[in-house]
This record gives sequence, C-alpha cells and structure tokens, in this order.
Amino acid sequence: MIPRQLILGAVVMIMLALGMGFYAWRMRGGASQPEPASTQPVAPPVLGPTEAVTLYVAYDEGALLRAQPARIPLPAGRQERAEELLRALLNIYLDKTSPHLLGPGSEIRDVYLVDPGLAVIDLNAAFADGHRSGVLVEELTVASLVQTLAANIPGITRAKILVDGKDRDTLAGHLDLTNFYDVAAFSQLSLQLQSER
Amino acid sequence: MRATASVLLAIASVVLLSGSAEDKRLSIYSTIANYSLPVVERNKMDYVGLLEVLEPLGSVSGRVNGEHWRLRYNNAEAEFTANKRGARARNTNFDLSGNFILEGGRGLVPLLDLSGLLARILGGPITFNPSARRLFVGSVAVHFTAQVSGATTPKLIMNFSAPVNPTIATEPGKLRMTFTHDPVVASGSPKLTFNSPLITSANFIESNGEAEVVITTTVPVLASFSNNGSTITVEPSSVAMAATPAQTLPLPAVVPASPPPPERAASPVVASAPPVPAALPYFAVVDAGHGGDERGAALTEQIAEKDVTLTFARLLRQELNSRGLRTLLVRDGDTTLTLDQRATTTNSAAPAIYLSVHAASQGTGVRLYTALPASGGENIGPFLDWDTAQAPFEALSDAAATSVAAALHGKQFPVRTLTAPLRPLNNITTAALAIEITPPAGDASRLNSAAYQQPIAAAVAAGVADARDRLQAGRR
Repeated sequence: MIPRQLILGAVVMIMLALGMGFYAWRMRGGASQPEPASTQPVAPPVLGPTEAVTLYVAYDEGALLRAQPARIPLPAGRQERAEELLRALLNIYLDKTSPHLLGPGSEIRDVYLVDPGLAVIDLNAAFADGHRSGVLVEELTVASLVQTLAANIPGITRAKILVDGKDRDTLAGHLDLTNFYDVAAFSQLSLQLQSER
Repeated sequence: MRATASVLLAIASVVLLSGSAEDKRLSIYSTIANYSLPVVERNKMDYVGLLEVLEPLGSVSGRVNGEHWRLRYNNAEAEFTANKRGARARNTNFDLSGNFILEGGRGLVPLLDLSGLLARILGGPITFNPSARRLFVGSVAVHFTAQVSGATTPKLIMNFSAPVNPTIATEPGKLRMTFTHDPVVASGSPKLTFNSPLITSANFIESNGEAEVVITTTVPVLASFSNNGSTITVEPSSVAMAATPAQTLPLPAVVPASPPPPERAASPVVASAPPVPAALPYFAVVDAGHGGDERGAALTEQIAEKDVTLTFARLLRQELNSRGLRTLLVRDGDTTLTLDQRATTTNSAAPAIYLSVHAASQGTGVRLYTALPASGGENIGPFLDWDTAQAPFEALSDAAATSVAAALHGKQFPVRTLTAPLRPLNNITTAALAIEITPPAGDASRLNSAAYQQPIAAAVAAGVADARDRLQAGRR
C-alpha cells in the first residue's frame, strides 16, 4: 500500500515538471522569432511642446532644396536643439517616401556648437559610405543639413562636417568636407538650389 | 638554438613575402575579348583553369565523371584524367607536360601546355609568350612605331596599329605607359634610342601579363592622345620648356599643332580652324575628374565616371584647340592624381581658364559650378592661402560660367549654374569652372557616347571662346 502523501507528492511533482516544460517551450519559441532589427536611427524621445521650425529638404525630382515648415518637439539646450533638428530632417530622408534617398543606417552622431558661431556636424560612416556619388546629389544633402541649422539656430556663421568624428576628403567623391563652410555662402547656394535655373 | 630559430624565421619571412609580393597573371588577347586570369602554382609548375580561359571566348562547359573531366567548347570536346598527363581533344590523343589537376570540379592545366591545347580546341593560330605570360588568339597584336620629330621642341610620336588605352605614370626622368588590356607588342628591337637630348630612349618590357613602354627623358614630359587613341605624343611640358635655357633650346615663334584626327578633319569647324601655336602658354587646362584607382561615380554597372570624364575632356580639348585655344589635359590616361596635384599642374601652367569635368547619372542637361567661397584663409604677402586662392578670380569665373551657359542655352541644352564646395576649384589661381554632364533622357548608358558628348563639348568650347578677351585680360 503506497502512502497517500507520497501519491500526492508525486502528482504535484509531475504537474510542476509539466508546467516548467510548457514555460520553457514558450520561452524558446519566443527566442526563435526575434523582432526585426530597425535600421532607423534611435533618437532619445523629446518631451514637451512642439515648436515651429523650417527644414530645408532636398528633392531629387528637379534637384531642388525646399523650405518646409514643420512642428517638432525641441529641448531647451541650443546644442540639443541642433541635434533634434537634424534628426527630424534625417527621419524625412530615411522614410519610405523619401524625396532624397540616403543609404541605410545613415545617422547624425552629434552636432557640436562651438563659439563663436561654428557648428560641427558629425555623420556616421554609413551616411557617407552609402551616399550616392555626384556633385549635385552630394551638394543637396550638405546644403540641406547646413541650411536647416543656420535657419533655426541663430548665430551660426561657419559649419564643418566630420564622419565618425574624423576629417574626410569628400562626402561621396565630390563635395569637399575638408574645409569650413561659410554659412552666408551656403545661404546663397540654398537660394540657387531653390530655383530650377 | 635561438640563432638557428632566428635564421629559420628570417628565411620563412623572406619566402612568404616573396610569394605574396605579386600575384601571377596570364593575359589573353583575342578579337572577342582581352582579359587577365590568375595563375596558380601546383607541383612547382604554373597552372591555369581551362574553363576560365575559354569562357570569354565561347560557349563552354565542364563535366566531372569520377576521375575524368570532360570539356565541351562550342562543337569541340576534350577529355582529361585527374593526376594523369594523357589527354584527348578533337579525337586526338596527346600528353601534357605535367599532370592534369581536378580541384573542386575545376580543371587545371599546365600553363606551358596552354598554347598547344588552345590550338587544338579553338583550331586557330595561337602565339604565346610564356615568360611574359601573354597569349594572343589569332592575329590581334597591336604594333607601334616611335620617332622623335622636331629638333628644337622634340616630340615623341608613337603610332599604334589600333587604339590603345594605357595607364600613364610619370617619375623623375621617366614616363611609363602600362598596357594591361592592349595586345601591344614590340615591332623590332625592344629598346629604341633617339637622337634628342630631351627624350633619349623608349624601352619595351613585357612581364606578368602586361606590356610597358618606359620613355627616358631629361625633362618633365606630358603625354597626349589623338587619332582616337591610336597616336600618343610625348612632349616636354610647357613648364619644362620655359625652364630650359633659351640658348640651348630656342623656342620657335609658331609651331604648327599636330594634325587633327582624320574623322575630325571632315568637320567644318576643324577644317577652318587656325593652327594652335604650340610654344604659347596654354589658354585652357581641362581636368578629367577622377582616374586610376579613383573611379568616381558608378554611372551604370559598366560605366565609371572616370572614363566618361576622360572621353569628354579629350573632345573638349579638340574643340578648344580647333578654336585656336591651346589646351592642356591634366590627365590623358587612366592616371591617379590627387586634387592638390591637379591644382598644382594647373597653376604651374598659368592658363586663362581651368575646366574640371564630372558626370552624373541623375538629372538632365549640363551643370556648371564655380567655387563656393571657403571660410577663413589669410594671404601673407605674395603667398595666397591655398583654400581661398580662387577668391580674386571669382568674378572672372562667373563671367566664364555665364558665357558657357549662354552657349549651351543657344544649342538647346538644359543648363544650371551653381556654386559648389568642389575641390580643386578653390585652389585655382585663374578662372575656374566645373562641368557636370548628365545623361540624355535619363539613359546613363549613353553618357560615354561621343555622339552625345560632342555637341556639348562644342558648345562649352564656343562659350569659352566667346569669353576669350575677358579671360585673356584677367589671367595672371
């Protein structure tokens, strides 16, 4: 005669084993189906009210730069505002309906504002390596970045572009990245790029 | 013990380094394709993959059946056995000089047997130079003559029996032309000596699937192509000629330009053109963007920007020369040049205008760029800041751009004029303009066609010629 307590103990042990097995099976199933990795840049969420800004968006159709009003949440700090502006611009370019395609994985790593009046835009390597090659297509990208900053952050007079924190000769074989850009000259260029002639 | 180990290590290093110094290549030239293949070493002999050799020439397949490898090329069949010398092609037995090797379904044959093997399979005359590893299928060799003309301003004129496209490199006292895909062979003696104190000799060398002509000089020289790439002219650069004492090398007042290529001679523009005085300073410097290792944009899967820019630059030179505007090409072959070298060459030549050529697959028409002024920079006395050297010439560049744009408009080409931070425009000490040509109706495959480029080159040259007086007045 098997004691009643022993039978109850065995039943509890079997139920526990079955429960653990089911749990382990669910966990394995979940692990074998990972979420697809996002190629979009991950920007820290910005809270607070939105502000009206002007983004200078490049359009391959007609090879134009267009001033585009937008409302985006902006932090208080000047440098952080500059980063948010360029990330908002990049989100347009990385969207499926982008008017000016950038390579997958393109990111703005940082924007540094250095007094007096210098803005340093640090792109990641994927941005430059995956960029299409050509004088105008590269110029549209650079003008879009520089003019968006200049139009929304007062006091910027010069701009410089780095790639992965380092100097690089050109964006994709043409546009010079070795020099400091004169923002006033870029504003003139932006006007030229807003006209088809 | 330690000393022995060091010696063994040193020997091993030398062996390894010598082995990796240069990969062995075989070049094959035929009427269908010119191509180059790797040569591998097995059993201390050079081997080459037979399928790879035949694939560019026709329909070929290989089938493994145990130790046997059966090859079919068009209607011919050949059979080989792994690790055996005996083989059979077109129903005839023969022996290889080394064992046939079967590696992963790939049939390797000794390089020394390739000539005889191809003669059996292809059925035509094969010429093989085993020491240089160059193999010619049929009568495809390109011969050349070389002679120096002109006692005072010597020119080495090399005429080839077909167009060639060598890579050209210069070093002090030498100009090297490397023919990677051209079946160039020496017609007579490999060394030619010339009765000129400036261009002394030309030496033909073949090795590792390439041919090279090394020209020995005592002054810096430039090479230029004409006659659709069938003629290469090597002559002292204008800087070298200017530096040569007048008493030893008097410059003639006017030297007739080399004759235009035959197909252009029919053009009314060329026929009515005045001769270009060769001894005068260059009026224009044309710079074909990119080149050599730097391919520029991939305009299509086959067309690289560097090739389109070179074709256009040569056409533009013809058009400028035909208008009496003596023109220098910064590169006239597939040469790697830095942006600083391009600027230095241009500034040394002191032309009235610098024209940089680019091409893009997006958009339509022609885009003209002048320099976007760079930030900062300070001139110290007579020394101009390198990054803002263009600043005093901006108005001149704008005038040139306006004139060229008007000429392009006049020929119904869509044209857009912009500024751009595009080097070396900012380093040029004369009027400087970049031209970006785009494909007709979005068809990038037609970008490299002379029929498309010719009218653009003619319009650009006409625009430059229209601004001649202003540019001449503004030059340094």
